[in-house]
Parts: sequence; structure tokens; C-alpha cells
Amino acid sequence: MASADEQVVKALAKQARVLRRRVIEMLGEAGSGHPGGSLSAADIITVLYWHEMKIDPKRPDWPERDRFVLSKGHAAPILYAALAEKGYFPLEDLMTLRKLGSHLQGHPDSNKTPGVEVPTGSLGQGLSIANGMALAAKMDGRSYRVYALLGDGEIEEGMIWEAAMTAAHYKLDNLVAIIDNNNLQIDGDVREVIGVNHIADRFRSFGWYAVEIDGHDIGQIIAALRLARGIKEKPTVIVAHTVKGKGVSFMENQVGWHGTAPSKEQAEAALLELAAGEE
Amino acid sequence: MAVKKATRDAYGETLVELGQVNPDIVVLDADLSASTKTANFAKAFPQRFVQIGIAEQDLIGTAAGLAAAGKIPFASTFAVFAAGRAYDQIRNSVAYGKLNVKIAATHAGVTVGEDGGSHQMLEDIALMRALPGMTVIVPADAVETKLAVKAAAEHKGPVYLRMGRGAWPVIFDEDHKFEIGKAVQLRDGDAATVIACGIMVGEALKAAEMLEAEGVKVRVLDMATIKPIDAEAVVKAARETGAIVTAEEHNIIGGLGGAVAEIVVENCPVPMERVGVKDVFGQSGKPDELQKFYGLTAEGIVGAVKRVVERKAKG
Ligand SMILES: Cc1ncc(C[n+]2csc(CCOP(=O)(O)OP(=O)(O)O)c2C)c(N)n1
Ligand SMILES: [Mg+2]
Repeated sequence: MASADEQVVKALAKQARVLRRRVIEMLGEAGSGHPGGSLSAADIITVLYWHEMKIDPKRPDWPERDRFVLSKGHAAPILYAALAEKGYFPLEDLMTLRKLGSHLQGHPDSNKTPGVEVPTGSLGQGLSIANGMALAAKMDGRSYRVYALLGDGEIEEGMIWEAAMTAAHYKLDNLVAIIDNNNLQIDGDVREVIGVNHIADRFRSFGWYAVEIDGHDIGQIIAALRLARGIKEKPTVIVAHTVKGKGVSFMENQVGWHGTAPSKEQAEAALLELAAGEE
Repeated sequence: MAVKKATRDAYGETLVELGQVNPDIVVLDADLSASTKTANFAKAFPQRFVQIGIAEQDLIGTAAGLAAAGKIPFASTFAVFAAGRAYDQIRNSVAYGKLNVKIAATHAGVTVGEDGGSHQMLEDIALMRALPGMTVIVPADAVETKLAVKAAAEHKGPVYLRMGRGAWPVIFDEDHKFEIGKAVQLRDGDAATVIACGIMVGEALKAAEMLEAEGVKVRVLDMATIKPIDAEAVVKAARETGAIVTAEEHNIIGGLGGAVAEIVVENCPVPMERVGVKDVFGQSGKPDELQKFYGLTAEGIVGAVKRVVERKAKG
């Protein structure tokens, strides 16, 4: 790999660590929220916002912008961290998460937060919305692309498979779905809860182009998104193998950290660990 | 004998008219385009028609995405599947997002007929009007439907438009005026006011004639917009006529009767009766048989007016 690429990857990895720290700070202050699925998505979100998507934080309504739909809306903290770091709103707003009157709701609210495209939080709805945006782009002859991030538990929702059918039928090659395949939902391992497996094959059988990657390998995320741009006549799904709670050792792979905020001491320990990662 | 025309036919025709003047109009359907009449639009503008298949949640979700991208989507299916199957999508994506989606639901009420209770939506007005920011419109006839569809397209924000299956007498002339949130007074009288929507407006007019023959003069209001309801017209009716009867092809719980009652009790309590389906599901039968069975007739309204007038007299 060329050194320029290495530098890009390094810078993105650093940015992802910043976002992870923001997540811990926000949740520590808020006292509630979802760390596990925010941390597992940190590298994906970073590559999307700092490398892949065509966006202008000063013009959140720019018609040609790429769209991101956080279908797994409970991971709002990682999205807010990215939007604040990008300059959609001041960084200090992050400390108002989940508080009365804040524009940073527990789950994304597009009427309150600049940069949030649509409300999510009721799982299963984001892929259909992304389809609608991708269809609109095709109808209008616009070149923007649409990205949707889904949980691996979330894809148990029947509506996801309705949308999977629609996206393939309308050949939405301007759409990329990314599955945060951290193997955990609330009640346990997705394979034990209801047999979620062979995700890529399931999407392939619905007519999608599917690729599997390590969702914490920045280079692989970049490459998969680049690959998706070349896929024509089909939507692409990136099944990203991730670790829930990634980056904070005591949260990693722990189902209990799905929807529990760290205490002050736990947040401090997590921040120390994330800072140590900086070397 | 008045001309008969189904509201869904007017809907299908109006969509094509709108499609010609507004390139942002897109239409979605869930395998019922022949019945909801969106097939007209599909034929005229295939590039702007999205067939979703039998997937009502995806129907509403996709419409939400189209709206978020600046389109004006009309999403159609039967009322029972739109407001019922896709309620969470309507709530959390469309209404919570204040997205510009028009949910145009047909085949509402018992007059669906032979298909029976599973297909006779009687709770949709209640479900939809409880959603913040949702506009709920139940036009009285084909003419009003055409105007309501156009008004819905102009209106910024989510709209639930409720239509029926059958062909019903056309009540209004072509120069009828419709405005979202404004009741239309069709007759005046001082004994009581009948406030109706949908097919019950025609029945209310018949009832008014029958009552007049007995010397009882009633005011008749066409309350096509159930949300935002014309509270002023309701309060005025309560003050000036002292008794109110509502009439709707919907459960008496939570629909037009509920909406009117909420305003009446808070502003000007007067005797009230609600004509509607009395908290039961529908069943198979011919539309006119079902109409009679559930009392959704001019006779049903006459009975309610007599009761309410008697209560008013007792004070
Ligand atoms: C329709 C719906 N049902 C239930 C929930 C409650 N809920 C929130 S998160 C979650 C588990 C999600 O698991 P997954 O999709 O794997 O997310 P991740 O592991 O990435 O956090 C559930 C059941 C919800 N938000 N929406
Ligand atoms: Mg998961």
C-alpha cells in the first residue's frame, strides 16, 4: 500500500478514536444511552464522514449531498459525535445529550439536529427510507449516494427484507447498506436469539451484491465502499464484522453494555484506555 | 337521481392531473393499484410510479424517503393496511419526521362489503388523528375528493386521506370550495346540528329533508377535515342549535364523534349523539345491507336527532 494511503488510514483511525472518546464523554454525562453499538460502528461512521461521503456541514440541505441513514437509531451518540466533529453544530452541544430541551434526542430527530436526515429509533425502517432517497436520486437524475447503517439484530425485522426486495428490484446501485455485524442484540447473541447468520448470502439471494469485511479495518472499509461504487444495477451490502463495545476492553463483546451508560469511574477508565491507544 | 361516483375514482383521475402539472408528484402502491386507482397514474407516468408489492411497511418507509428527498409521494393501499399494518412507520418515520407524505387510503369502512370485517377499517380516523401534525381528511363525494387531493398535494406535511370503495351520489357542484380545516355548512336549522363526514354527509342531507317534513329543521355540516377540525364551526353549532349529532362510517370511539365531543364538552356542553359503528368489527354483506345493519343511514341519523332534540328540550 502506498504511504499516502497509510497516512489516510492512520488519520482516520485517529479520528475514530476521537469519536469513541466523545461517545464515552456524552454517555457518561447523560447517564443513559447505548455505548456498545455506538463503539462498534465508530470506524464505519468515521470512514463515511471523513472519506467517503460528499457532504457540506455548512449546507445540511444541499440537494446534491450524499445521505446517511442511521437505521439503528439507538447508536445516535456516534452519529452526533461525527456531526459535531464535522461542524454541523458546536461540540459542547454533545454534553446536552438526552437532556430536556436538547436538540440531541435519545434517538435521532431530523427536525431537531442539523445533519440528521430522518428520524430513526424504531428499528427496521431505515432501509426503506434509504430506498426512497435512492429512488428520488434516480428520478431526478442526481448523482448523490445513499448509505444506511443497520444492526445485525435489526435485520430480524421483516420490513428490512421488504426493503431488500425493493432495492434489488429497482436496481438501486446508488445505495449501500452496511450491517454492523457485532453479533449481539439485547437478549444475547443474534445467532442464539433467532438464528441470524449467513447475512451476506441472505442479501445475495435477494439480488444484492454482498461483501464481507472487518468493520474495524479502516483500509477494508474504504476498499469496500470504493468497490460498491463500481457495482452497477444492484445495491451493495457490506457485512462488517465488528465487536460490540470496540475500543473499551471492559465493554467489548459484553451484552450488558448495549444500553447502559458508564458511571463516572467507568467513563474515566474508558477514556484513559482510549487515550492510551493514541500512544 | 344524482350521479354516482366513487371517491377512489376521483382520486385516480386527480393524481394524473397533478402529475401533469407537478413533476415532484410520485405515487406508490402495494399491489392494489387497480383498486386504489393509482393504476391511472402508473400508466401516465411510469417513471414516477413505484410498485412496492405486498409490503405496506416498506410502502410507507419508501414514501418517507422520497419525501425526505423533496418528492411529494402519494402512498396508496386499503385503509386497513395503510393505517393498520404500517402504523409504526406512519408514526415514527412520517409523522415524527414531519415528512411530506400523503397516505391516500381507499376501501375504508363497512361499505367495503363482501370482503368482511378483516377488510373494513373502522379505527383509522382514531389512529391517524392521534398523531401530532397529521392532517386527516374524509371527503364526502367525488367532487370534494378531487379538491382534497389537490389541497393535500399543496399542503406541507403528512396527510391521511380516507376514501371508500363504492360509488356514491355526487353531492357537490364542480364549483364547490374545499379548504383544509374548514367545515362546509350545507343546510341551516335551529333544532340541532348534524356533523358528518364521508358517505354520511349524503345521509345527513337526506335525514335533514325527512326531519324537515316533520317540521324539524337541522343544520348540516360537512366536516371533511377531521384534523385540524373546524372547532369554531363546532362551537358555533353547539351555541346556536343547542344539540349535536355526529355521523361517520367509523367506530364511534375516537373518530369524528370523538373529535367533536372533545370540543363540545370543553367549550359548550350540549346534548350529543354519535351515529357510527358501535364498537364492533364489521362483517360480510352487501354494502347497503351493512349500512342498514349498522345504522349508518338517514333513518339512523333521524333517530339520533330526535333523541338529542328531546334531551335538549328537557334541559
Ligand atoms: C422496532 C423496535 N423494536 C425494539 C426496539 C428496542 N431495541 C433497541 S436496540 C435493540 C437491539 C438492536 O440490536 P442490533 O440491531 O444488533 O444493534 P447493535 O448491536 O448494533 O446495537 C432493540 C431490540 C427498537 N428500538 N425498535
Ligand atoms: Mg448487534
